[in-house]
Amino acid sequence: MSEGSRHRIFSRLHAATRQSPESVLQPPAMPIKTYSQKEKIERLKTLMEAMRTEVHLSSAKNWANTVKDILKKREVKSLLYAPRTAVGETLAHHWGNDAGDLPHLIPYEIEIEQLKEKVFTVEAGITSTEGAIAETGALILWPTEKEPRLMSIVPPLHIAVLQADKIHNSLSEVIQKENWPTKMPTNVVLVSGPSKTADIEMTLAFGVHGPKELIVLILED
Amino acid sequence: MTSHQPLDFEKNVSRALNDTQLIKNIKSAMATLVSKRKTIFADETETEQLRILGSALKKKALSNLPQLLEQLEEKCTQNGIQVHWAETTAEANQQVLDIMKSHGATRLVKGKSMVSEEMELNAFLQKHGIEALETDLGEFIIQLNHETPAHIIVPAIHKNKVQISKIFHDNIPDEPYTEDVAELTAIARKTLRQKFYQADVGLSGVNFAVAETGTLCLVENEGNGRLCTTVPGVHIALMGLEKVVEKLEDVPPLLRLLIGSATGQLITTYVNMITSARREGEKDGPKEVHLIILDNGRSKIYADPRRRQTLQCIRCGTCLSHCPVYNRIGGHAYGYIYPGPIGKILNPQIEGLRAAGVLASASSLCNACEEVCPVKIQIPDLIRRIRNESYSKDPTCTIEGHGYKRNPVEVLTWKAWQIINTHPLLNAAGLKILSVLGMKLPKIGPLKDWTRYRTTPELANKSLHELVKQHGVDHE
Repeated sequence: MSEGSRHRIFSRLHAATRQSPESVLQPPAMPIKTYSQKEKIERLKTLMEAMRTEVHLSSAKNWANTVKDILKKREVKSLLYAPRTAVGETLAHHWGNDAGDLPHLIPYEIEIEQLKEKVFTVEAGITSTEGAIAETGALILWPTEKEPRLMSIVPPLHIAVLQADKIHNSLSEVIQKENWPTKMPTNVVLVSGPSKTADIEMTLAFGVHGPKELIVLILED
Repeated sequence: MTSHQPLDFEKNVSRALNDTQLIKNIKSAMATLVSKRKTIFADETETEQLRILGSALKKKALSNLPQLLEQLEEKCTQNGIQVHWAETTAEANQQVLDIMKSHGATRLVKGKSMVSEEMELNAFLQKHGIEALETDLGEFIIQLNHETPAHIIVPAIHKNKVQISKIFHDNIPDEPYTEDVAELTAIARKTLRQKFYQADVGLSGVNFAVAETGTLCLVENEGNGRLCTTVPGVHIALMGLEKVVEKLEDVPPLLRLLIGSATGQLITTYVNMITSARREGEKDGPKEVHLIILDNGRSKIYADPRRRQTLQCIRCGTCLSHCPVYNRIGGHAYGYIYPGPIGKILNPQIEGLRAAGVLASASSLCNACEEVCPVKIQIPDLIRRIRNESYSKDPTCTIEGHGYKRNPVEVLTWKAWQIINTHPLLNAAGLKILSVLGMKLPKIGPLKDWTRYRTTPELANKSLHELVKQHGVDHE
């Protein structure tokens, strides 16, 4: 039984720590590398592009049009979005009445149990981001009630919208600065590119399980 | 091979050495991994600082292990993650089965988990009518071929693409034969997507569990881990009890070390941090999350102050990739799911010396593993210790099966050696005898074993001692 096992495991561990009290000196944390705003954008873009991410520099005014162009060019038929987020609202507004050759918008507002088939057949998903990390080149996804987790992993194409002023120097920095330990949500994900594998002969192949393509729009204003 | 069969290491090694295809596949992949790691850790000073930090973080976590585990349990419970404790792999298997049964579940999708391999979970669940499907591409390939992983990080690396093409063609119906890696990957995606959709329960391992917040961190490139931990209604995470770290801020340097050492990347495609089950109002994610914390001999390793460092291991697999022995025999020859240098110290401690002590003999003590270990585990030192303990009857020895190699011939030989070397006259006489008769000794018993793989040393007519006496020492 788990309770008995728990007790026996802890007895052994406690006995061992009593036997050999060990003090470990903690060396200082690694210095956080800092980049200028321009360098942050440049580094993020370079690193993510090297991982086959498509990065567009855009603005609050123009990004929705860029998304339209991207989707039209790829002839995407359906797009999963979160209607109650800022990104979702702007998107819906831009779709307006001129939905002609634009993909059909699928809102993710109900529980997955009622939406599973749609989520698994939709061609693309668009989400916001909580920021990004310049040092390693990664987006920070912070799913919420309004913006569910599966939007960024199930559809074959993931589009992410990022505010340039939310690019942090490093993961260590953002954990401290934003005080993550006090507010960890259900799930945080760092994403550095589309899904990939090198399990066959160390040969890189993309889109094995998650998105085959990742497109990032960096809003510079 | 599973741990239920006794290990015939010598036979395994001979078989591996004769499998030229296997060795070719392994060597080429290891060379790639070694060179990728080198590129990512190009700055030696920074890398060394990082390793010192990583080692200290793991040491510190271990020095507080019971407290941190209690804190982790408390935090997880607060966050709605149900924590289970398993002393043995059998108990952990039963816990997985009970959770599945409580949901009437029959289909499990699995992300990569070495602990699940340690438990031989798939075979156990299959016996109970549950489909346990590996979804990591490498694990999926070897599961189709009924094998265990050959490497901790790249499980199917012993197979080349032609072999994999055949495995796919023989096992996945209605798909055309192809040797194209992108096409093979696409077939896997198509096959497994359906499984993610249908699965009742998802299972994953844990790379780091943060006591401070109750967060489970998982790294991966494929996205199967995120699917396993998000799509099904129930998520079961498995971890060895050594995986706990104190603070969230400890994670970034450890991630950098783990990922850089494992695959030579700056960061994996996904770093997945899970802190709770689906909360009120959230639209997806599992409604239940279970964390099974496994001991399976770890608390015994913990009890020995020097062997304790074995538990610092973050399972990056870089000691395998750099090991000259692993490079020549691959992973399966070791007979346990943790092969290579870390396996040589871990398996004997978990399984006992009688079962797995022989693994410690498979080392040239070249120190490559220690030089690259991201958390500075002194693997060669522990290999030597295990070798010594194989002969030691010392009652303070805590390792199971210690002294199993001890035999009267060897004991007598060393006793004689001791006497001869502490009595100058006997020593001189002994040397004389050896210089005359040494080359004529019959190659039987221990001498036969010793010379089987080694050239017999040529004994000089005169000892160094005598030569020095006669000619003095040339100080030039």
